[in-house]
Amino acid sequence: MTARSRWPVRVVALSYLALLIVVPVGSVFYRAFAHGFVAAWVAITTPDALHALWLTLVVALIAVPLNTVFGVGVALILARHRFRGAWLLDALIDIPLAVSPVVVGLALVLAYGQTGWFGRPLAAAGITVIYAVPGIVMASAVVSLPYVVRSVLPVLLEIGTDQEEAAATLGAGPAAVFSRVTLPSIRRGLAYGVTLTTARVLGEFGAVVVVSGNITGKTQTMTLFISNSVENLNSTAAYAGAVLLALLALFVLAVMSAEKKERGPRWRSRSDRSQSDSEPHLLLTG
Amino acid sequence: MTLDVPEGSLTALLGPSGGGKSTLLRVVAGLETPDNGSIEIDGRDVTGLPARERGIGFCFQHYAPFRHLSVRRNVAFGLEVRRRPKAEIRRRVDELLELVHIEHLAERYPSQLSGGQRQRMALARALAIEPTVLLLDEPFGALDAQVREELRSWLRDLHEQISVTTLLVTHDQDEAMEVADQLAVINEGRLEQVGAPTDLYDRPASDFVLRFLGPVTELDGVAVRPHDLALHREPVPGGRRALVQRITHLGFEVRVDLDVEGAGAAWAQLTRPDVGVLGLTEGERVWVSHSASAQQRRRGGLRDVASLSVS
Repeated sequence: MTARSRWPVRVVALSYLALLIVVPVGSVFYRAFAHGFVAAWVAITTPDALHALWLTLVVALIAVPLNTVFGVGVALILARHRFRGAWLLDALIDIPLAVSPVVVGLALVLAYGQTGWFGRPLAAAGITVIYAVPGIVMASAVVSLPYVVRSVLPVLLEIGTDQEEAAATLGAGPAAVFSRVTLPSIRRGLAYGVTLTTARVLGEFGAVVVVSGNITGKTQTMTLFISNSVENLNSTAAYAGAVLLALLALFVLAVMSAEKKERGPRWRSRSDRSQSDSEPHLLLTG
Repeated sequence: MTLDVPEGSLTALLGPSGGGKSTLLRVVAGLETPDNGSIEIDGRDVTGLPARERGIGFCFQHYAPFRHLSVRRNVAFGLEVRRRPKAEIRRRVDELLELVHIEHLAERYPSQLSGGQRQRMALARALAIEPTVLLLDEPFGALDAQVREELRSWLRDLHEQISVTTLLVTHDQDEAMEVADQLAVINEGRLEQVGAPTDLYDRPASDFVLRFLGPVTELDGVAVRPHDLALHREPVPGGRRALVQRITHLGFEVRVDLDVEGAGAAWAQLTRPDVGVLGLTEGERVWVSHSASAQQRRRGGLRDVASLSVS
């Protein structure tokens, strides 16, 4: 294609992005500060807003590491071992993507609610899951479960076992092989997966609204706080909260992008770039 | 099969692709578990040991460079895992890089190296741990012809210099003949014959070895080397009449296709001067005789034992 003929494609692509992302998100930013910075600041520093922010961060700090460890583990199992039922595990991983978050929430309520299979013994032991923080963490973990697996697995398959075997012949034990060879090889894919997981956890609404009970100041996360503010016609708080959430997500994105660039050869030949590397190629929905 | 690899030798496992050579190498390295049989290194049974405790240097067919590490860190890997002092690692890596002539590439990444350079890096990395045995899986398989020639003689020199016991796998008989001082021909998981390259070439124990190690033509149903066929203008004792069907000049070598009376098609490998002296032309009749340098050495059955010792 000539440079000239690429123009229509670019215009279409950029217009699409502008219509769907830039304009709506931009107007949120605009509306948040419509009554001035001070009004926005006051709206998101109320005890309820701060609690919601704190809860969102706590949930992310628990659910994201959990799914990172689990995701890398499952990806390693699927990539490096042949066993019966591998296809089943592979398929199970994708269920949270296929099922609506509201259904995920309902399923958790059924299993872990006061009268549920696991809920009853847990309640007897004095542990409340549903309408409490553990339930929110669980719901967030379930809906964000596939992202690390799906961004790490193709990278593991692509790099193969040669480097790991080479490390073993050079005297590295399983732990050293993982930390010195496997982990550095998948770090780009992993950073991508962690970014997606974090973004999903921070932004989750459907599953969380079902399991949390949406109790202001207790089980209300940032997304629930925004939704409540909209219902209560407190638009400044809603937009300011939205901006805060967006900034949080952008921060995560920035940190992970820096991480991605940190290591590896700065210079690569064109031919080499095309044949490799550990960049995941996948599309995720959710 | 039993295969002894003498200390300090360079032994080549030679055979067609898919014949089990690479598997054998991986078993020796501890990357694959044998169904039965045993592996001894320096008289020590290592069959049950994991790869990391065998003290072997393994060069993978595609070199398996650590893509995220510089050449220096690649070579240092085995020493870093062993937690050697930094200064010692640095000194040793410098020595090795010099040994394989890539000292100027120390800070590059594998993706910035040519195939030959990666090969040298992989060798240096394997040698860093001072292995008792060096295993090379198709060391020149992934290189283009010119680099291959160059690396072959370089590897030969390197082996003279450091004389570490080396076992390499190849499907290329020229490569094996040139580089190795002992050949082990493997076919379909069986060891056909072991010995010095010239021994195997001149006295193959089986039809397979004869055919695999060099060109073969048939005279009276017996497989012979085409360069052992001599052509004559006059009748000779034991000579057969033949019609020259085609003369193909391949540089110094000349291939002469023949139709031997009562025996069918055969071909002789002559040199350019030979053909000049004979004044050979297509369509004329000559006498062909066989000088029996490569007579197949028949033996009773093939050995089929299950242990491999590397001493």
